[in-house]
Amino acid sequence: MTVVLTNEMLQGSGHARMSTVALGQLMPMCLWLGPDHTILSMGPTLEKIIGGPDAIGKSFHDVFLIGRGGARTCAKLEPTRRIHLSLRKKPAISLRGALVQSDGGGFILNLTFGIHLTEAIREFSMTEADFASSDLAMELLYLQEAKTVVLNELRGLNRRLEDARRSAEDQARTDALTGLSNRRAFDAALSSALVDRRLSGRPFALAHLDLDHFKAVNDTLGHAAGDQVLTQVARILREETRDRDVVARVGGDEFVLLLRDILDPAPLQALGVRIISRLEEPVPFENTVCRISGSIGVVISSNYDDPTPEQMMADADAVLYQSKREGRARCTIAPPPLGQQVVTEIRTAG
Amino acid sequence: MHGLINRALQSFLTLNYGPAAWSDIARDTGLSPDGFEAMLHYPDSVTETLLAAASRRLDKSQDTLLEDLGAHLASLEPVRRLLRFGGGDYWEFLMSLEELQGRGQMALPDLRLPELALNIEENGLIRLRVRGDYLGWGLVMTGLVRAMADDYGSLALIEPLDPQAADTPAGAEDILVTLLDTAFAEGRTFDLAGPMEDA
Repeated sequence: MTVVLTNEMLQGSGHARMSTVALGQLMPMCLWLGPDHTILSMGPTLEKIIGGPDAIGKSFHDVFLIGRGGARTCAKLEPTRRIHLSLRKKPAISLRGALVQSDGGGFILNLTFGIHLTEAIREFSMTEADFASSDLAMELLYLQEAKTVVLNELRGLNRRLEDARRSAEDQARTDALTGLSNRRAFDAALSSALVDRRLSGRPFALAHLDLDHFKAVNDTLGHAAGDQVLTQVARILREETRDRDVVARVGGDEFVLLLRDILDPAPLQALGVRIISRLEEPVPFENTVCRISGSIGVVISSNYDDPTPEQMMADADAVLYQSKREGRARCTIAPPPLGQQVVTEIRTAG
Repeated sequence: MHGLINRALQSFLTLNYGPAAWSDIARDTGLSPDGFEAMLHYPDSVTETLLAAASRRLDKSQDTLLEDLGAHLASLEPVRRLLRFGGGDYWEFLMSLEELQGRGQMALPDLRLPELALNIEENGLIRLRVRGDYLGWGLVMTGLVRAMADDYGSLALIEPLDPQAADTPAGAEDILVTLLDTAFAEGRTFDLAGPMEDA
């Protein structure tokens, strides 16, 4: 069964007027044109958009541009399954629809907003009554909002998971009491310093610090005093090093320092002496004070050809015990191996 | 049960009875006070334990809590808006409820909302039949449909029927809606376009 629309129906008798109203309800965004493209009539929603009484009698081309966003205009209206239009007064809002030729040589267009639905609704204050019941506009709007709600939830979930991951990672890399790096974090930093040295010749020193008399503080004044001392030691080490250095607590009273861009023994010696003298400042605890000191052993990357982390740590350990043997409270720097006066980093740096 | 439902239960308990009450209920259930993630899934037993714990702590029947949860859902702006897409007035909204399960599925394929069926009886009353995979959805829907009547500015009586009644099949819960006036008061506003997204 086919419905035949004629211009007489659109313009003529009472029966035909009924048809335009009825069709307007079925297709609230339809548009009737005469053979010369004059606007004859339109559905109620389109009236709201282009101003019904004002538009009637005007040429279709005064109101619409053919093509998306007005980019392409042509005067030709040809029956087509799909035509793209935009509004002259709002070129950003585009319409899509089908165009058929009516019997008298006129045209009937049925339009929809397509993807610009939300903007159009906002622009023209449209309500659900403006859409045909068969139109999927409501479903599209619904989906758009539902999608936004779900995406926001997922974004929240991702953020919470990321925060949890970060804090777990921080915990896994940090010594809980002092907030310094732990052994795991230090091992990673040392490996990457060795890679850096291999690739760009960037030198570093590795210092191993063992506290002197710490056990006595713990044994006589208790763990709370010990903890206070360790916290104070961490503070001193942080203050005496730079952001690019890494300070780690790797045992009860053992610390290691990765000091970047240093190959000269003199400033290292000075740093060691300064740290030890600050460690010796008494730490107040309850009604008494805690007194400790420290022994340090230092190795410098430039004294090696291609060291492993284990080798450097073992050597730092060895010079630390040399400091201990020689009476504690001192800093020993491992000398360069005999006969190796020209060091790698200097060669690389030119 | 989908995290979104559990999360709604959590926000309902926290908002209505305070964070301290929620913490107690969460502890009784064996949950951390952080509660649920809306986009994850939880075993149904967790929801059941939670409801029992809330009922004990708050000295309220589970039925009351479920109805209040329904009203709370309808008061959440994103949910309210999604529900309002169902129709221009309360009558159309009621008629759209049969599509609710499908709409939920369209947004979240694993949400598992109950199946709703409407039947207009000879006396003009509307019987809403709820079939979910959890007996209690009927009470949630009762609270929700009742709150939406206010939202549309309609006057309606909405009462859950006894699930043991002879004309209610096993596994279903029936709600009786008596629509008195669809334009009783001015409802809350609803703009199709919604508020602009904060970028």
